Amino acid sequence: MKYITEFRRSELAEGLISHIKHGSKTPARFMEFCGGHTVTIFRYGIRQVLPQNIEMVSGPGCPICVTANADLDKAIALAQIPGVIIATFGDMLKVPGSRSSLQKIKAEGAEVMTVYSTMDALKIAEDNPDKPVVFLGIGFETTAPTVAASILQAEEKGIENYYVLSLHKLCPPVIRALLDAGEVELQGLVCPGHVSTIIGSHPWEFIASEYGIPCVISGFEPLDILQCVDMLVSQVEKGQSKVEIAYKRGVRPGGNRQALKLMEQVFEPCPARWRGIGEVADSGLKLREKYQRFDAEANFTIEPGPAVEPAGCICGDILRGVKTPSDCPLFGRVCTPESPVGPCMVSTEGSCSACYLYGEGLGG
Amino acid sequence: MEDKILLAHGSGGRLAHDLVEKSFVKTLANPLLARLDDSAVFEVSGRLAFTTDSYVVSPIFFPGGDIGRLAVCGTVNDLAMSGARPLYLSLAFIIEEGLLLSELEKIVNSVRLAAGEAGVEIVTGDTKVVPRGSADRLFINTAGVGLIPEGVDISGDKARPGDKVILSGAIGDHGIAVMSQREGISFATTLKSDCAPLGGLVADMLEASRNINCLRDPTRGGLASTLNELAGQSKASIRIEEKDIPVREAVLGACEMLGFDPLYIANEGRLVAIVPPEDADKILKAMKNNKYGREAVIIGEVAAKPPGRVVMKTVLGAHRIVDMLVGDLLPRIC
Repeated sequence: MKYITEFRRSELAEGLISHIKHGSKTPARFMEFCGGHTVTIFRYGIRQVLPQNIEMVSGPGCPICVTANADLDKAIALAQIPGVIIATFGDMLKVPGSRSSLQKIKAEGAEVMTVYSTMDALKIAEDNPDKPVVFLGIGFETTAPTVAASILQAEEKGIENYYVLSLHKLCPPVIRALLDAGEVELQGLVCPGHVSTIIGSHPWEFIASEYGIPCVISGFEPLDILQCVDMLVSQVEKGQSKVEIAYKRGVRPGGNRQALKLMEQVFEPCPARWRGIGEVADSGLKLREKYQRFDAEANFTIEPGPAVEPAGCICGDILRGVKTPSDCPLFGRVCTPESPVGPCMVSTEGSCSACYLYGEGLGG
Repeated sequence: MEDKILLAHGSGGRLAHDLVEKSFVKTLANPLLARLDDSAVFEVSGRLAFTTDSYVVSPIFFPGGDIGRLAVCGTVNDLAMSGARPLYLSLAFIIEEGLLLSELEKIVNSVRLAAGEAGVEIVTGDTKVVPRGSADRLFINTAGVGLIPEGVDISGDKARPGDKVILSGAIGDHGIAVMSQREGISFATTLKSDCAPLGGLVADMLEASRNINCLRDPTRGGLASTLNELAGQSKASIRIEEKDIPVREAVLGACEMLGFDPLYIANEGRLVAIVPPEDADKILKAMKNNKYGREAVIIGEVAAKPPGRVVMKTVLGAHRIVDMLVGDLLPRIC
């Protein structure tokens, strides 16, 4: 089977679009939680081909975007300690914190290195034994197991200068928080694909059973999203609410047991701050006591100062699905990918970036 | 121990002289170069195209080519994109001390082969050696001149509504082939760089019709950036069809893995041509008969509005903007 071209075929897409159009009678608002899905939706113009009674709203599923300024400031403060090397995924560089960004302090002389995987960060620590190396642990359940693995490997190899600033976040608790806040009414949830590869489908059951909202786990190709919407429409029309997997080639109901075990071994849940949403109980991950010597927060004294949000930026509202990028007075004028004001314009998976880059509704 | 390039190789003294004589002049043999005067002297008459480019690719050897082939093809292609027949090139090396002499010789040999294929001569050159750390192994600059045939008038501002947009082959091969070798992201692929001299292809196209309005090679910034440049210069809109743009499975796969869009990946042996609709078929046919244009295909056309914008019809039949590349290509994190 071809995993990419097969899932982008026009003729199959036409069939699915027509099936959705015929099946959908009730107006419905679906949220795609994940930034990866948002990108696919904009990149292929999926909103344009769906019937008018289906509204798609973007959710908070972009790990860069939801990182609170207070946490960004911590990362920047760590990078300003002389001798410390910061290892980070590239997207973090440009995100503006309260007073600076990693990119700016890098230009001023801080040692900030871009890595493509957690293991590269560990390698930097191995190669620079006289310098502390702090990896910025940003990401959801998808990324956390690899960070856990790096910590276990550091322990095994006796690498003593490797640290992690754990800003990991967990998806199911924040969805509960969004639904409890009641600001956005949903008739269906496009559940994240790769997060579910790790955690499986069971952790989403409460959304279907307690809140009565249909859930379908989707892949990232255009046909995946269309199939997912079709399955959501079918649940809505039948008055059902259950969790289904449309991304069977990537997700098993039980998830990835090995990855879950690694996470469980190294991390424990803790409260976490989400941009625009605030503190959500048990929605973050911190290092367990046993691994405290790898915890950057426990080993460095930093005073990042009070967190300040950029004036006029509505990233927080956009992340809650309450507003869209075009509602923002800064969008495309003051805030562009070249000089972003808010994180949703920086991250390649942010709604503002996707909306700016791919545009919307440019009919032929 | 293997011979290495030393600082003395760039000093102008005996070692430098030997290097030029043995490694460059002998390999790149032609009468203009062999004279070893301060400048190459030659006669041309007609409209000239003149261009220069510097090559800093890392790594210097990659699947399907090396920095030497790239340095010839890149400059030859820039000349060809003006419709010129490339004639003469200069070749200047900035070498980090410690480069293996055998590697340098291998690269000079690639220059020879690529120049031979492109029908150009290397007629002047320069060598500098810098201390370790002052350059990354090897940088090359080439400049070139070419002759523009009568009746040819190609420029980025000449795209007109109704014109057809032709792409000479699959996109992204070069960028992904180079990236596959890069430290930190190396991955296995059978993909090769498309790096090739396109002078012959352009000559064949001009043979078929002199009515070519725009030509450009989509190098850094990829197809998306090139189309945006042309749309901007011509103050017109370029409309392309996603389903018609050839991309190899291997490129698609690597892009998915790294979080890239093939539209933004560099090419070194592809061109985009914008031609009047009545000439499109014969130009396309001529392209398909050239080995560097076999996969040539019409990917869209020029429209009046919105000016300066590239709009793509997606495989789902929806429309979206294709913007210029913004910043560096960065991998995704989740």
